[in-house]
Amino acid sequence: MSDTARIAIGTSVAGVPEAAPRGPRAAPTGLFGWVRANLFSSWLSGAITLILLFLILRAFLGILQWGFLNAIWWVPDSQTQACRALRGVGACWAVVTEKHRFILFGTYPFEEQWRPALAILIFIGLFAASAMRRFWRKELILIWLGALTAIGVLMWGGVLGLSFVPQERWGGLAVTLILATFGLAFGFPLGTVVALGRRSNLPAIKAMCVMYVELIRGVPLVSLLFMASVMFPLFLPDGINIDKLLRAQVAIILFAGAYLAEVVRGGLQALPKGQAEGADALGLSYWQKTALIVLPQALRLVIPPLVNTFIGFFKDTSLVLIIGIFDLLTAAKTAIVEPAWQGFSLEVYIVVGIIYFAFCFAMSRYSQRLETELNRSTRH
Amino acid sequence: MDTTKERVSPPRQRMQLSWTDPRFRGLVWQVVVVGLVAGIIAWLWRNTVHNLDTRHISTGFGFLSREAGMPIADALIAYRPSDTYLRALIVGVLNTLRVAVIGVVLATILGTLIGIARLSKNWLLAKLAAIYVETLRDLPLLLQLLAWYVLLQGLPPGRQALHPVAGVYLSNRGLILPTIAWLPDHALVLLACVIGAAATWMVRRAALARQMRDGQPRRVWPVALLLIIGFPAGVSAALGVPWAVNWPELRGFNFAGGTVLSPEYVALLLALTTYTAAFIAEIVRAGILSVSTGQWEAGGALGLRRGLALRLIVLPQALRVIIPPLTSQYLNLTKNSSLAVAIGYQDIVSIANTTLNQTGQAIEGIALIMAVFLAISLSISFSMNWYNARIALAER
Repeated sequence: MSDTARIAIGTSVAGVPEAAPRGPRAAPTGLFGWVRANLFSSWLSGAITLILLFLILRAFLGILQWGFLNAIWWVPDSQTQACRALRGVGACWAVVTEKHRFILFGTYPFEEQWRPALAILIFIGLFAASAMRRFWRKELILIWLGALTAIGVLMWGGVLGLSFVPQERWGGLAVTLILATFGLAFGFPLGTVVALGRRSNLPAIKAMCVMYVELIRGVPLVSLLFMASVMFPLFLPDGINIDKLLRAQVAIILFAGAYLAEVVRGGLQALPKGQAEGADALGLSYWQKTALIVLPQALRLVIPPLVNTFIGFFKDTSLVLIIGIFDLLTAAKTAIVEPAWQGFSLEVYIVVGIIYFAFCFAMSRYSQRLETELNRSTRH
Repeated sequence: MDTTKERVSPPRQRMQLSWTDPRFRGLVWQVVVVGLVAGIIAWLWRNTVHNLDTRHISTGFGFLSREAGMPIADALIAYRPSDTYLRALIVGVLNTLRVAVIGVVLATILGTLIGIARLSKNWLLAKLAAIYVETLRDLPLLLQLLAWYVLLQGLPPGRQALHPVAGVYLSNRGLILPTIAWLPDHALVLLACVIGAAATWMVRRAALARQMRDGQPRRVWPVALLLIIGFPAGVSAALGVPWAVNWPELRGFNFAGGTVLSPEYVALLLALTTYTAAFIAEIVRAGILSVSTGQWEAGGALGLRRGLALRLIVLPQALRVIIPPLTSQYLNLTKNSSLAVAIGYQDIVSIANTTLNQTGQAIEGIALIMAVFLAISLSISFSMNWYNARIALAER
């Protein structure tokens, strides 16, 4: 509004004394303005800010004292008297220094531990490659097959001059990654087939898929793991005895399959019907239609929720602790069973938490970025 | 492939027995798949029967009436180790429900607060809420549960128990709260409360109906206060019901009076509540963001105050987005309560697991766990779907 117009309005009201012309309040600028607008915009907001600042400062000082200033980083030969003398006022990081190999690799033979370490690196490389969109083509399946085979060879050994290491001795982060990754690698095709089956117009197949998905999703993973550890041996004929880790892996695959099926079904439902009808009009068979037209588009739609589901599985693999499989969390819990180190579980849990967090946080950030990117490319 | 089987369903148009007829193909596919699955199940079943025979385990639920001989620390109903397995399992179901129901309520409250805090104009509050959500979501629940349990066990013993509020003690024995000594007369007061609530609901309906006629809003809350609080208080006074509070106090090394929530229960409740709240916060935030600012402004243009606009315009629309994912979070919380077995809180999974270890009835034990969880899951989905259908947008 121009000045003359404002004056014109001001004078047009008879008898009302003209007020000083008021513009919009100057937008706060600079650091002071930002603090004012975002931290002290009202009395309530200011009070909240002060209380939170006080709490943050106290927590920060507490963590600084416990975790750094009073902490003990190393003790000779499991002599934990110094740690015990702290009586909780400082962290005993010595437990991590002492046990880090055990937490990461479990009971894997000590001088062979470079093998699980290399396997972990291959896993990380595999995830990083799968995350890059320029690798999203058919060859990625070959990369996965190659990487998983290499990991199998590294972990088991017995070929190429590597000594054989039985599955009972595997442990730590490598087992967590194996459970999560193989769970996805087998659960994803299973889930895709079940999702297609659930949308099929063949009643018997549809009914079986619905039953599978709802049954698995209705019960907790813990009960499936119990089933794997106590019921699977009953299912198999005499003489065939499959390993505990493999049984848990089967339970996780079945579990992952049901949840991934629902994610994929979401993508199938979101795909416009015209795509399938177009394929029919071209005279493609069901499998051609599915493999060439429907799935490539439907799967692309559900990549962000797929990553989120994968984060969930990665965390859920820790549940194998309950049936005594040596994953990262179980190794951490076992590391402090030794009497000398008892009572320092919080330190170990914090370190293990940081490892889990690093993987999950990276994946969740990736999923968020991907979502905005995919949205941008589909929105015209 | 035996083709005579496929002819059982008489087709309206004659089905061609050839691979080019899609209906024939579909039928063949189904028979093949069903046959395959049935074959696998039959094979597994035969193995199982054989294995059970060689181990001399009899199948069936007869073991339920045998003596359990299993001690249970936390029991809501009277239970002794000499009671039957059935009673032990009922105790387990009640323990699961106790943690799930209270966890759902607390997680909803905490999650809503954090979700709103994340949208706050106060930068610090919003950032802290975001850090809370990101951290808790990216750590395994089991790890959090174990950490909570360790923290609770690290609390001082009974004599030096923390004493934050009068009557509440926090020690390594758990959380000790005061209780009200329960008398049969209290049931009458509760009944009065229920009657008062029902009457309030009818008054509210009548007031709404009259508002529809003449457009005048009527105050309901004074009547509601009178009916829900005043009426039961009057009943209590008229009957002379005593309301003695059972304060806990330290006697020797232990507490007498009040009620004790075991560290296992408190740890499980804390872990489930804080973890699920992080997910609920995101759902609430997305729900509120899904309502466009135009809706707020339209409410303002109609002369509604901000609180009324929230209650009458924004919340009903946000709830439609919030309820379906919230339902699955409630289901997740209930299923996650089975992690209790890791810290020794005796929920249904833990007790069924002990049962199947003691009796060897693996199949029955797992079947019981699954049946209980399916029943709980189905009842939660059913009630939430009913609520969702009620608040769904009435589209023309």
